[in-house]
Amino acid sequence: MSLSDEQVNEIAHLARLQVEAGAVPDYARNLSDILSFVETMSAVDTTGVEPLAHPLEMPQRLREDAVTEGNQREHFQAIAPQVEAGLYLVPRVIE
Amino acid sequence: MSDTSKTVAELAAGLEAGTYSSEELTRAYLERIRGAGAELNAFITVTEEQALAAARAADQQRSKGEAGPLAGVPMAHKDIFCTRGVRTSCGSRMLDNFIAPYSAHVVEQMGTAGMVCLGKTNMDEFAMGSSNETSYYGPVKNPWDTAAVPGGSSGGSAAAVAARLAPAATGTDTGGSIRQPAALCGITGLKPTYGRVSRYGMIAFASSLDQAGPMATSAEDCALLLEAMAGFDPRDSTSVDRAVPRYSQELTGSLEGLRVGLPKEYFGDGLDPDVARVIDAAIDEYRKLGVEFREITLGNTELAVPAYYVIAPAECSSNLSRFDGVRFGYRCENPQDLEDLYKRSRGEGFGAEVKRRVMVGTYALSAGYFDAYYLKAQQMRRLIKNDFMAAFEDVDLILGPTSPTAAFNMGERTDDPVKMYLSDLYTIAVNLAGLPGISLPAGFSNGRPVGLQLIGNYFDEGRLLNAAHRYQQVTDWHTRAPAAFA
Repeated sequence: MSLSDEQVNEIAHLARLQVEAGAVPDYARNLSDILSFVETMSAVDTTGVEPLAHPLEMPQRLREDAVTEGNQREHFQAIAPQVEAGLYLVPRVIE
Repeated sequence: MSDTSKTVAELAAGLEAGTYSSEELTRAYLERIRGAGAELNAFITVTEEQALAAARAADQQRSKGEAGPLAGVPMAHKDIFCTRGVRTSCGSRMLDNFIAPYSAHVVEQMGTAGMVCLGKTNMDEFAMGSSNETSYYGPVKNPWDTAAVPGGSSGGSAAAVAARLAPAATGTDTGGSIRQPAALCGITGLKPTYGRVSRYGMIAFASSLDQAGPMATSAEDCALLLEAMAGFDPRDSTSVDRAVPRYSQELTGSLEGLRVGLPKEYFGDGLDPDVARVIDAAIDEYRKLGVEFREITLGNTELAVPAYYVIAPAECSSNLSRFDGVRFGYRCENPQDLEDLYKRSRGEGFGAEVKRRVMVGTYALSAGYFDAYYLKAQQMRRLIKNDFMAAFEDVDLILGPTSPTAAFNMGERTDDPVKMYLSDLYTIAVNLAGLPGISLPAGFSNGRPVGLQLIGNYFDEGRLLNAAHRYQQVTDWHTRAPAAFA
């Protein structure tokens, strides 16, 4: 498995990660090594094997659809990078 | 005062007897952290004021006869556990400015027990690493040899306990992050069954694997700490509603006739001969205690690490998408637009290893690759679990090395991620299966500690701790402290 610089840039875009242009070849090499390593799995025939998502195979617990927490907006927004009038601010999205 | 060399159990007895107050004890540990311990870089944040306030509160409780057994005993939390009002960085620039608005269940539990938190320990960034070298706050040094890594990701907790900067600490273990640093630093560390300890408020890395557990000098201490940490918590959807045994009361059982499996895959190529020699000696010790050994096979061992490096990055890429520079954490300067805000906040906030794993996970989950990677890895996970279940038909516990080598030198593996990943060769399968495992000190290789791993069946922590404790009653490896910090 070998990833091109272009593929690394595409993956970085999908993950919304800025990767400096100079670092792309290093990421390409490391990610290719990792993917080649994980591909050793393909040597095992897993036809008909049920995938295991939860080690104890427990179903998700359900609860009543009821409010369990009070409003703590000010408390939580105290650590936000930028807020105004109780709203989180980001750069303008719609011109 | 020289009581900083004592175990949690001894300190609790000393507090009860009035030999010292919690405040005196807390001051003694804070002094060690600031003094001789400072060069280890084991702590990211020392919470001196809160610690002294908690110590005084514990002393008052005790004077009124209202104190629980662990009240007033100092400890430290890995900086992955949200602690209300205290910076909780997860070893990342992303959370360097994050003051947690609430506390993790584990932090609440230890607080309820009256334990005194000395501070937050250093760790690999977002728990992604096996050497504590990916921390934004710089590497932690191994107290046995400061040229060596302490292991990771709970490297700060392991180094702090080994250097007696704290009698105990919490850790988290996604692929070996409690057991491997415990082994490399010569302490005892337990990864409980998945679901035994609540993940609420524990910053998520790979949610189907993450599990919190205790790190201390002895199995007895781990038993006491697990009793305090474990328990059902409705706020964690995978928390298991099952009574918590009194682990510390289950340590006296005889090991006569205990059937212990030795997986041949854990003693093959890749195992350092010095480590093998230490493990063989431990097997002999256990034989003297009446343990019956039999060879077993865990046929898919070699594929556990590859399967893990799909599942963990896939879950991490999903979990870490919450760090967007909008609601909390790092935000880049002067974002040009929303995409620039996301990309630069994440690009500047995350270190290289975190970025690698987010990208591997993104790739493995992307259209057209899901079946080949994620689904395949989950099928491997089933086969790995089946191997363990078959083994536990014939044996009560499984024994082997915790890590293939003793602590390696700083910088030795940083250029080769795959080589770094293989430090967790013997620990990762346990996480994939969700089983409990413990690492305990069993000897040395060139002056660096070697860890012995015991693996148990689901919810069999009591038997694991019993087997570890009995070994520690006939050996003294766990009492050894690095000379520079004794």
